[in-house]
Formats: sequence, C-alpha cells, structure tokens
Amino acid sequence: MNKVYHRIEKIAGNVITIKADLVKYGELAVVSSGFGTSLANVIRLEHDNVSLQVFTGSRGIATDAKVRFLGNPMQTAFSESLLGRIFNGIGIPRDKGPAIKDNMTDIGGPSVNPAKRIIPRNMVRTGIPMIDVFNTLVESQKLPIFSVAGEPYNELLARIALQAEVDVIILGGMGLKHDDYLYFRDTLEEYGALSRSVMFVHTAADPTVECLMVPDVCLAVAEKFALKNKRALVLLTDMTNFADAMKEIAITMEQIPSNRGYPGDLYSQLASRYEKAVDFDGNGSITILAVTTMPGDDVTHPVPDNTGYITEGQFYLRNARIEPFGSLSRLKQLVNGTTREDHRQIMNTMIQLYANYKETLEKQSMGFRMSDWDSKLLKYGGRFENELMDLSVNIPLEQALDLCWTILADCFEPAEAGLPTKLIDRFWPSKG
Amino acid sequence: MEKNLGKIVGVNGNLLTIEFDKPVVQNEVAYAILDGFRLKSEVIRIRGNRAEAQVFENTRGLQIGGVVEFTGTLLSVELGPGLLTQVYDGLQNPLPQLAEKCGFFLQRGTYPRALDAEKKWDYTPVAEVGDTLKAADTVGTVPEGIFTHRIMVPFGLAGKLTVEEVVDAGSYTVDQIVAKLKDVSGNTVEVTMTQNWPVKIPIKAYDERLKTEEPLVTNVRIMDTFFPIARGGTYCIPGPFGAGKTVLQQITSRHADVDIVIIAACGERAGEVVETLREFPELRDPRTGRSLMERTLIICNTSSMPVAAREASVYTAVTIAEYYRQMGLDVLLLADSTSRWAQALRELSGRLEEIPGEEAFPAYLESVIASFYERGGVVRLNDGSTGSVTIGGTVSPAGGNFEEPVTQSTLKVVGAFEGLSRARSDARRYPAIDPLESWSKYPSVVGEEDLEVGRRMLRQGNEVGQMMKVVGEEGTSMDDFVVYLKSEYLDAVYLQQDAYHEVDGATSADRQQYVFGKITNILRTKMNFKEKAAARTFFQNLTQATKDWNRMVVNSDEYKQSVKQIKQMLVEVSVHE
Repeated sequence: MNKVYHRIEKIAGNVITIKADLVKYGELAVVSSGFGTSLANVIRLEHDNVSLQVFTGSRGIATDAKVRFLGNPMQTAFSESLLGRIFNGIGIPRDKGPAIKDNMTDIGGPSVNPAKRIIPRNMVRTGIPMIDVFNTLVESQKLPIFSVAGEPYNELLARIALQAEVDVIILGGMGLKHDDYLYFRDTLEEYGALSRSVMFVHTAADPTVECLMVPDVCLAVAEKFALKNKRALVLLTDMTNFADAMKEIAITMEQIPSNRGYPGDLYSQLASRYEKAVDFDGNGSITILAVTTMPGDDVTHPVPDNTGYITEGQFYLRNARIEPFGSLSRLKQLVNGTTREDHRQIMNTMIQLYANYKETLEKQSMGFRMSDWDSKLLKYGGRFENELMDLSVNIPLEQALDLCWTILADCFEPAEAGLPTKLIDRFWPSKG
Repeated sequence: MEKNLGKIVGVNGNLLTIEFDKPVVQNEVAYAILDGFRLKSEVIRIRGNRAEAQVFENTRGLQIGGVVEFTGTLLSVELGPGLLTQVYDGLQNPLPQLAEKCGFFLQRGTYPRALDAEKKWDYTPVAEVGDTLKAADTVGTVPEGIFTHRIMVPFGLAGKLTVEEVVDAGSYTVDQIVAKLKDVSGNTVEVTMTQNWPVKIPIKAYDERLKTEEPLVTNVRIMDTFFPIARGGTYCIPGPFGAGKTVLQQITSRHADVDIVIIAACGERAGEVVETLREFPELRDPRTGRSLMERTLIICNTSSMPVAAREASVYTAVTIAEYYRQMGLDVLLLADSTSRWAQALRELSGRLEEIPGEEAFPAYLESVIASFYERGGVVRLNDGSTGSVTIGGTVSPAGGNFEEPVTQSTLKVVGAFEGLSRARSDARRYPAIDPLESWSKYPSVVGEEDLEVGRRMLRQGNEVGQMMKVVGEEGTSMDDFVVYLKSEYLDAVYLQQDAYHEVDGATSADRQQYVFGKITNILRTKMNFKEKAAARTFFQNLTQATKDWNRMVVNSDEYKQSVKQIKQMLVEVSVHE
C-alpha cells in the first residue's frame, strides 16, 4: 500500500496533482523533496489524477518529489499528557517537548445526533461581570467575540482562559502574530493555567493550510475530553483568518466564489465547527468562544454575518469593553433565573439606566443644561464603566450583583431605579 | 434481478463521478459501497457513460474504482401511520432510533426504517369487495393520535381499480396487506398501510386545486390583522440574525389554527430544534388539550449535518405535508431557513461547475424556489372534502439586506411578506415585523376600513417621526405630534406582543376584531391637549392601560373593568364638535 510516487504533474498554489491509484478521498500523504517534508491531504480524485493540498505550501517542491500515502485521514493524538503542551496547527510540538502519538483519532468527525442533545442548563462562570451578570455564558454555548483589529481581544481570551470555571481549556490560534502567541503562552504559564490547557497555534508566518486544521484539531481534542466527563472550553482566535485561509484554498482550486471571494460553503464550513459545541447528556461538554475580527468594523461582512446566523449570540468588544447593547447571549435565560433572585432585574435595570446615561452624554455634548437627574446618571455611568465594564475586573457573580446594588444606592434614591419593591427591601444597601 | 453496478472515477467533495454500463435514471438513488457501509447518493447529472451523484454523507475514504450500486428508484419517502411525533433527518431517517443504534454521533451509512414495522394499528376497512376505486381513494382507516389516518390507494396508480379482497377490521402492522385491487389491464395490486413517493414530485391525486381565500389565524396580531396568511397560502419571513425569525416560527407552530404542523429545520442551529423537541411534548395544544407533539412532525437537518441532505429535507417535509393533506387535514409547513437550502443548491452547482448567476447562486434558483412554494395550496379531494398545505419559509439574507437573490426570488412567489427589521428588534419591538415594508395579498381578520385607518396612522406617524428628528418636538405642530403619539400607541399596544405571556402571547381572531375596533376608534378620535407634555403623559397612561388589558383573560371581570377605564380616559380628552 505504501507505494511511493515520484512524478508531480501540476503545482498550483498549495495544491499539487500526481497520478496515483488506490488513493482514498481525504487521505493523508507525506511529500518530501529537497527543501523538506510536509504532510498533504487528498482534496480531489479524478481518474488517476490525485490533487493534494500541501500543508507547508508548495514552495520548493520539485516535480520529482516523493509522495507517500499513509492510508488514513488527518488525525490528532489524545491523552491527558496533552495538557500543558503547545503544538502547531497539525499537532507537531512547538514547545520542544516530545511528540505525542497516543490514541490517534480522526479530526472533523461526524456531528452529534440532535435527538441526543439536551437543553443547556449550566452557567460558565468567568469572573467578568459584563459576561456573568449581563450576558451569561452557558455550558455548550457557542459565542463569537466580534471585534476590530487593535482591540484587546486576545487579552480578553487569555483572561477568560485564566478565570473560567471549566476543566480543560483548548486554545486554537489561527494567523496569530508571534508576539500574541508568546503573550498567551506566558500569561497562561505565569498564572498557572497552562497545566489545564492545550494550545494549537498557527502563527501568521506558518503555512496557510495548517491554519485550516486548527479548529478541527482543537475540537476533536475537546470532544475526547468532553466524552471523558470534562467541561472543555475551546477558545479560537481568529476565525476570520480561518475563513480567509479557506478563501485562499478555494480560489486556488478554481472554485466559483460567492460573496467577496469567499467560497459558497462558508456558512456550512463555519457551522460544522461551531456546531461541535455540545452538552453530552450525563457526560462532559464543549463550549466555544471564538474571536471574529470584522474587517472595517462591518458586521455585514460575510464572516461575521455568517457567524451571527450560526452562533447563539455574540459579544461585541469595543473600546476595550464588552459593549452592553449589541452583545447578546441567547442562552442566558436558561440559567440566570436560578442564580440569584435579583439577577434578571438587576441586569435589565442596570442596562436601562446605562442607556439613559448614554442619552445624557449626547445631550451634554450638544451643550444642553444638565438637570439633577442628568448629574445622577453621569455619576452612575462613570462608576458603571470603571467598576463593572473594565476588563480587568475579576469578581464572582454574587459580588458583582452586590456591587451593582452599591452603585445604584450611591447614585440614586430607591424609587428612581425602577426596581420591584420586593427586591429593594431585600437588597438595597442601607446608607451609613 | 441482477444489480446495476457502477464504478467511481472521480471524487470532489460530496460529488462522485461514476462510470456505468447499464441504463441509469436521472435523480435515482445510488449507494457507494465503503467498507461494508452503503453511502446514499442521488444521481444529478449524466454525461455519456458517466453519472454524477451527490452523496448525502461525508465522502472521506472513498476511492477510484469503488463500487456503486444503482437502485432504479427516485429519492422517496415512506408514507403511512406513525409519521407524526417523529423526528427525522432530511432523508427521513428517524433520529431517536439512530441514536439508539449509534449513540451520540451520527454514523454515516446507517439508515433505519422510517416507520415502526412492529407497531400494530387498529385497522377499520372502508372499501368493500367489488368497489371501484382510483388513486388516493380511502381503503381503510387507522387512528393515529387525535387523527383518523386514511390508508389510501397508492397515489401513483392510474385508472380505475376494482377491489378484489379486503382484510377484516383488526390490529395489524404497517406491512399488512389490507386490500388487493385489480387494475384495468388485469394486474393485481397489493395495498399495505404504507406507500413510497418520490419527494421531488408533487402529489396530484386530487380533484382540483382551489383558490386560497380563507385566513389562517396564527394568533399573532400583526400578522393576522396587518399581514395575514391564508389557509393553503405561502409566506416568507426574511430577517437579519437576531431579529426573531425562529422565535416567530416557534410561536406560529404553537398557536396556528391548523391540524398538523411540520417543522423543517433546515441548516439552522441544532439547539433550536432541541428546544422544540424537549418542550413540545410538555406543551398543551389549546385546541385539543393534548400534547402539542401529537400534531407535530420535525424534519431536522441542522447546519452541521451533510449539505446534500439539507437540500432534500425541504422536499421530504413538503411531501409528508401533502400526504396528510390527502386525508382532508390542514397542514402548516414551516421551513427554517430556505436560505440554507438555497446555499446547498449553490454548493452543489459550484461543484458541478455550472455557470453561476447572481452571488454564485445557480441560474435555476428562482424556478426551484417557485416550484417549492407552489406545492402549497388548498385542494378538493376525491371525496369532496378539502385539505391544505400552507408553507411559511424564513429567509436569512446576507447582511440583512433584502436585495439578494433568495429573498427576491421568494418574494415573487409568496402571498405574504413578513419582513423583520433590525431597527425594530434592536428597539425590542417584538415581533419585529416591519409594518411599513411588509405586505400580504390575503384577506385580514378585520375589516378593510379599519385596517386602512391603522395603516394610514402608521405611515403618517412615521413621517412625523422622521421630521421630528430634524426639527425637534418644538418645531412640530400639535396635530402632527398627536398623530405621532397615536401611531406609537398603535405600535406599542397592538403590533407588539409578548410572545412569552400566557394571554398576550396568543390573541384569537375574535379578540383581535374587538380590540382593533376599539383601537381604531381611539385613532379616529379627535383629541385636544393644551401642551405636548400632557399629550405624552396621556398616551403613556393609555398605553399602560391597554397593555394591561391585553394581558387579561377575555371577559374576566378585570377585562370588562379595563374596557370601561379606557373608554373613560378617552372621554376626558376627546373633542366634541
């Protein structure tokens, strides 16, 4: 079976074509030539013409390069010893540690039977009030973080990785700047979270094809952990780079582009990754948070647009804060009824008042006179932004709710906040 | 019979190229054999001795020279008692049974039978020996939940058939031969409780197709009053993500005044189907008092399931809808979302390297969408009774922009357009159907005259609102300001509806007529206010009172009290001339 082929018929982009028989669709091969060896996978069969996409790119491949087929599709190792390790997009260690070859499993496996899914019911605590209080993250949820280049989205992800109450963190980097990669590595190490993390990092300098593998590898590993009764949190950054890598390959393969050059199956491709988020009944779960940068801050760009149709809400990161208005966790209603009785009311009231504060700001900027009520709102808005919205705030939900009450009590009279009397009697802090 | 076998000569994504020797049929089902598994596919193009087939599964592992088995039958569904309450994938594989067999994951190449072969049904014969029947005539009946399920003469049979044998009443499985018929050429046809029908061909075994004119009440006020749908009609709900398409579909599936609801979850989130799956068995159907699940059937091909089966799923759903229509029932088919279906067509068209149309959708997109929606309709059956299929599809336009091919092709063929707007959903005005852009060609549950008053108020109010943004409240005349407040009032108390409230969540046609009458009365009333603040306060109070009224049970004491209260409030401000 391990016959070696020597003659390459065509090289275009990252795709090479050879003549070979008995090759399986999706199979992996090793391509070696003078400039090194690379993995490649079969993406098209046509008679005896086999097209392979070469993971490290086609640069330096000679027409007499050796191609050896391995007989299996792309796989990833799985064992507890993955924890604390850092790999590249195709599972080769980046951290000088030994290679891991235990329990090789296929990536991109079948999807979960909808009949076996359950309604999500557990909150994932992150210690970030803008998430915990206002848009609660739920186990098995899939949420993108919509942002623009320059925003501290990687800092936010790192913070979530450090603070989130889950068992395993799987971080997938796609097209990361090398500095960002080091930032993640060092931050997780410094705060002792590396030991519960696995990182698969593709940096911007690495071959494009490896970028395509990152989400599948991450999710395949996460799935294995979840089936071992672990709560896995998959953090992906940045899915727009992943989509762009897909675009690159599609164009090379002469596929007809649909919208701004992206392939027609962009939605299905993204969905098949995001839909891996699941809560296995009586077992572990996979939760996905994925940074999606919006080129030109345009939410109607094909990548954020298609993502929004797939995910269960979104976080908008703007001006280094999680924006309370556009952000939405579609699943929060499933869990925030049982956290604490004041949770839902506080959530709504705080946001309404914050919206009023924004209006007041507008009035102020237009030079209108500020009423008493306006001054109160200004005070309130300032405290809200500094004490709750700031990304560095790290407090548990209950404390965050108490803090909300304190801010309200410092700024308003009980009747002004518009909360039910029953809750005011119980929670309004007495002054003194 | 010898098997018709072919050989794989090309694999590209889920598209196979197969070389064959014996005749093959366009759109027939073929199985690619892989390590003992059989992967289902459909022939979609034939060129010379090569057929191209789309595989409904992941094609990983297939190789050149692999064996393909042609079946000679078109992609079909099995029709018979036991379809209701089921959850199928796009190819009619029962998902719960699949889960029993394969566990958490969808194993490719596993196709359990759609109907339960063990379950026994209480059969009552209707046709007698010697009767002359034709296709779709009733042979006998079985009770299926709350319905009488007709066992019919297979829809594909031509001409008159004479009943030769029938079984006695009794308890049988679906494979029991319940009658033997003789056709005009003397051949005997055995009738069981099931029959197969190719999904892409409409069932036409009825007397005639009728005009759609009767409203179908959904209990959603803005739909029934302003943008009504009709029994046997078609409508679409386009909207950007987060605007509430799926919630609106879920509400309709609960409250719509029909016998059977078929939900085709086509390329959308699995989580949403799960909610329906887990909640419907618990919910009571207000019409029958039984579990909602008893009248529901779910076809579920969510976004991560194979794309080709997504394309098939809407056809599977509409074929089953037509089947129940043949029993004289009213069926509502909700497809969420047709854009995902269109995208499946686009992916396929790309693989076939067809010349693309707009946004790379295939040129035949329009005719495919049109022929799908045309499968809705009211028909008079052979026995004179009527049945209907109503089709409602959501559309997920890219970027929320309705000027895209799927929305535009859909608008050409549907009878009602319930366009959702981002602005309304951002303002939490649910259901976020845009009252100025949407339209319907079907009759409303309220009178035309009142409706025109409401429409005019919304239009004028919007104009004043736009103007006020420029000139401010100060620069707006009192009359205009009142028009604006009236339109906001109509919006707040009638167009908006709290889907999760027990009473407000569903407003019956009678109540809509009554309430809308009262409200248009208010809109017509000439009012006088000294200053704008007073007008605003009055309308705030009126809005509050009317919203409370919406939440009260019809004809309860507080309900009657509310009517009086609102009347009183009105007297205080109205001008008598």
